[in-house]
Amino acid sequence: MEPISKDRFKLVGLQQQGTDNVAKASLTFWQDVVRRFAKNKLAMVGVVLLVILVFMAAFGPLMTEFDYRSNDLGNKNQAPSAEHWFGTDDLGRDMFARVWEGARISLFIGLAAALIDLFIGVLWGGIAAYKGGRVDEGMMRFADVLYGIPYLLLAIILMVVFGQSLGTMIVAMTITGWINMARIVRGQVLSLKNREYVLAARTLGATMPWIMRKHLIPNAMGPILITMTLTIPSAIFTESFLSYLGLGLTPPIASWGTMASDGLPALKYYPWRLFFPAIMICVTIFSFNVIGDGLRDALDPKMRK
Amino acid sequence: MKKKYSFLLSTLLVMTLIISACGNAGKNTGTNNPGEASPEATASEVKLADKQEISVNIASEPPTLNPGKASDSTSGTILRQTFEGLTRIGQDGHPENAVASKVEVSPDQTVYTFTIRDGAKWSNGDPVIAGDFEYAWKWVLDPANAADYAYQLYYIKGAEAANLGKGKVEDVGIKAVNDTTLEVTLANPTSFFLELTAFYTYLPVNSKIAAANKDWANDAGDQYTTNGPFHMTEWKHSDNLIIEKSDTYWDKDNVKLTKINFSMINDFNTELSMFDNGELDWAGQPNGQLPVDAMQALKDQGTLHTQPIAGVYNYKFNTKVAPFDNKNIRKAFTYAINRQELIDNITQGEQLPAMALIPPTMFAENEKGFFADNDQEKAKEFLAKGLEEMGLKDVSELPPVTISYNTNEAHQKIAQAIQDMWSKNLGVEVTLDNAEWAVYIEKLHAGDYQVGRMGWLGDFNDPINFLELYRDANGGNNDTGWENADFKKLLNDSASEADAAKRTEMLKQAEAIFIDDMPVMPIYFYTMNWVQNEKLKGVVVSGLGDLTYKWAYIEA
Amino acid sequence: MVKYIGRRLLYILLSLWLIITATFFLMRLAPGNPFTSEKQLPPEIKANLLAHYGLDQPWYAQYGDYLLKVLQWDFGPSFKYKSQTVNDLINTGFPVSLVLGLEAIFLALAVGVILGVIAALKHNRWQDYTAMIIAVAGISVPSFIMATVLQYVLAIKFGIFPVARWGTFMHTVLPAIALASTPTAFIARLTRSSMLEVLSNDYIKTAKAKGLSEFMITIKHTLRNALLPVVSYMGPLSAGVITGSFVIERIFGIPGLGSHFVVSIGNRDYTVIMGVTVFYSIILLFSVLLVDILYGLIDPRIKLGRGKKGA
Repeated sequence: MEPISKDRFKLVGLQQQGTDNVAKASLTFWQDVVRRFAKNKLAMVGVVLLVILVFMAAFGPLMTEFDYRSNDLGNKNQAPSAEHWFGTDDLGRDMFARVWEGARISLFIGLAAALIDLFIGVLWGGIAAYKGGRVDEGMMRFADVLYGIPYLLLAIILMVVFGQSLGTMIVAMTITGWINMARIVRGQVLSLKNREYVLAARTLGATMPWIMRKHLIPNAMGPILITMTLTIPSAIFTESFLSYLGLGLTPPIASWGTMASDGLPALKYYPWRLFFPAIMICVTIFSFNVIGDGLRDALDPKMRK
Repeated sequence: MKKKYSFLLSTLLVMTLIISACGNAGKNTGTNNPGEASPEATASEVKLADKQEISVNIASEPPTLNPGKASDSTSGTILRQTFEGLTRIGQDGHPENAVASKVEVSPDQTVYTFTIRDGAKWSNGDPVIAGDFEYAWKWVLDPANAADYAYQLYYIKGAEAANLGKGKVEDVGIKAVNDTTLEVTLANPTSFFLELTAFYTYLPVNSKIAAANKDWANDAGDQYTTNGPFHMTEWKHSDNLIIEKSDTYWDKDNVKLTKINFSMINDFNTELSMFDNGELDWAGQPNGQLPVDAMQALKDQGTLHTQPIAGVYNYKFNTKVAPFDNKNIRKAFTYAINRQELIDNITQGEQLPAMALIPPTMFAENEKGFFADNDQEKAKEFLAKGLEEMGLKDVSELPPVTISYNTNEAHQKIAQAIQDMWSKNLGVEVTLDNAEWAVYIEKLHAGDYQVGRMGWLGDFNDPINFLELYRDANGGNNDTGWENADFKKLLNDSASEADAAKRTEMLKQAEAIFIDDMPVMPIYFYTMNWVQNEKLKGVVVSGLGDLTYKWAYIEA
Repeated sequence: MVKYIGRRLLYILLSLWLIITATFFLMRLAPGNPFTSEKQLPPEIKANLLAHYGLDQPWYAQYGDYLLKVLQWDFGPSFKYKSQTVNDLINTGFPVSLVLGLEAIFLALAVGVILGVIAALKHNRWQDYTAMIIAVAGISVPSFIMATVLQYVLAIKFGIFPVARWGTFMHTVLPAIALASTPTAFIARLTRSSMLEVLSNDYIKTAKAKGLSEFMITIKHTLRNALLPVVSYMGPLSAGVITGSFVIERIFGIPGLGSHFVVSIGNRDYTVIMGVTVFYSIILLFSVLLVDILYGLIDPRIKLGRGKKGA
């Protein structure tokens, strides 16, 4: 390596002015997250799409005079028109009304599944990691075995034994769904609970619930939030898959999954019956995914994992 | 997803369609044309295509190709082409001699003596002997073999006792007197026995091979010997199955097709797409199904073939629970639906509205039925009467009504339409309850339902098929809890009635009693719908929906 | 190492036993039995059938018998398909699903890694967005819609591929694409994020400073390290993909293993349900083990048997 000559450097002297106000107003962690998230264009597209979807789920059914469940056999399979904006289905029901009614059901299933997963997952993973040792081993083995039983068998048996209702559907979503959350919470708590600041808190005589509330949960919040945003689309996905198998909700309730699987054979003849519910499923899953990705990047700019 | 067709008997005198007319489309409503020349005659006039091969779909893997074990229509379809019984159902729908060249019946109609045709051979060259039938039938009856369809042989003397372990298999009235003579003794005179001998449970098996190897029927190969117009050359399980014309078949000169390729595609959209793409020569019933959404387009193109068959689609009422324990309420609900609208818009298969129990293929006057379709005035009258009897003031006081059905696209649509009709026409609140097939059937048999859908298809060409299941309240397939002494008496008397006309009259009276009590709401009489390569002729679809390819050919 | 593998094998056996037990009893909770039919069989014949298949035995005898049989790799006869045993079903169905699955995995890896690398190298530029939109779109479409639309457009409208069935290479293209779409998206995203992570490491900066070409850096340094998370994802992925997808197999009429499972549940074909479950679990458990071992071989920093999180 050649020596660097001294004349490539220049002494600038001490610059006093302005050193105090270089820094911007200090941001909290979450403010920082929001700022970084807002810079992610794809994620913002997701947010906008989702806001539109939620708005339409709330008000869409009110925008049309048609009822989502009333048959009109004389007007079956009508193409989209000024009267029926999204066309009609094989029983002459207005697709516009049904799609937004379906949005309510599908989003509800997704949200309910995510919240239940969160609740069970945090409890299970937290306790396992906190207690450690045999308890941890036993709880996680149980989760592994449950994970190993074919999901479809579990879902079908549930549907069969308890009947095909919205409640059973949500149970079927969450029966193995919480496992992922539990694993993530456990991993987080395990890695956090031996950090110096937790140790310090403990030394100072803090109780475990306090440490949990004050240190562990807030610090594990990021991965938990990301997992939640990804649980919602996977629940909507699973619902549509179960509908395809004929294990979906009982009509005339509309969900995107039942509508899409009803519309599948109509693709060749009445494509709008598949198009609208399918596009809604895709847009929703797309939005949640890019939001999840954006959150991940925003929460952990270095790891990006 | 698939409708369960469990045909017990592949016979039918009525409405056998010979697909030879209607080469250029239009709605083929399946009206039989008796003046049509027989396909043999037609075949000699028309030019045959060079390639006599077809591809069709059987939707699923045939559960077994051992005639003794078979109990489903998919297996039956293959067995009907590869095996041949003592008789076979001819193109006119009547049984004709097949492996038997001569049949003698004793004066009391209980002893049948069959003479085996000279030249009847197995595909490996072995002659077909009377012992092959004796072996096959006794194998089915042996309780150790647990054959589902053993009861198909119960018409034979001693068969039921032997199968239930109360008698010996050796004592059953089946006897190979010598290699060419088979003597069968029946328990009672059975007028349709020669139709039964065409059914697959009555097929022979090559006793030399079957006795030596119990797994002979598990795969194609030299162990799988058959005696019919075709023999199986390839069986890729769950994928496809190929049968080819048999050189050892006694009537091979009348067999034109050289090869039939059966694929096992169980998605009906895929099936129709393959047909549209020229990958199949036939799509739809009896072995597949056309997607309902395609029906309108197929009708518009004029390519849809339709044929009525002996079957009725019902909603059963549970007469043990309110409100359907009330006859007038049952009637009100039955009168309040618009069957024609349902058929035109939902099933779309040119089915006939059913206002009777027995299909018009058996009782022609049932095309009209006992009451009018969509009779809202009568419905309201009955509803008012029923409510009064129940001591209720208003419809809203009726207990909640639930329609149960098994998960299936078609059943679900029908249930939604009827739900809508009942709530609009009667003002009742109706909910739907769907369950997976095995769960549903158990619920129905256990009486755990209010209104439940159930189809019923004729086993053989006799009205008794549609009546006897309601003979006893706790009979295996009644499900409604309904019983009527007069009805029961008529059925029992009809069994011993020798005069056919009188017997028919008794059965009609029984049907009238049944319709008056209305434990079941008939909705429509089944049809079969399919599309096919229009050059394919001579495929015979019987009135029970059984396919025979023996006489089929492709026109040049 | 040997001790580690031995312990893991013991875990696999234990898990298998638990899964078999749970499935065995869950299955019997469902109403109905293999001989439920529309036209009820006479009770005597039904009893005879149950006895023939040993279903009249008390549950513990059936359970014990079953465990013994599984140990001998004998899954028993199918109740529905009387000409085949469950071993036959697996032996004919699995190779088909395997071929299709391997094709899909190959496709997913190739496309996924390329998309991921492009996205990472062009971080926050339009190439990144395009690649990620494609990737997210891949997970956004339910497989039954994807399969039906592919079939409609490429086979029916344009007639490039056959509509369905199994046979030539052309038959495998559409189902392989449909099957690969979700894993492709996952792999692309994984590759992208771990590439970004690796790219920020000092040794990459060093390599850049040394003046190595970007291509060389990508191939030699970044990709190799960035693929580690992809490898760990390959375990459960390949187990899922090679055991077949019910939806894809049904829509494309493919005689694979995936279709047997759902159909057998509907038929209450107990032995097939059990056999396919056991087979599936074995593949899943072993592929996870295999990946863990592989992982240790690729990345010297990871020591097997210590510090493993979860399972």
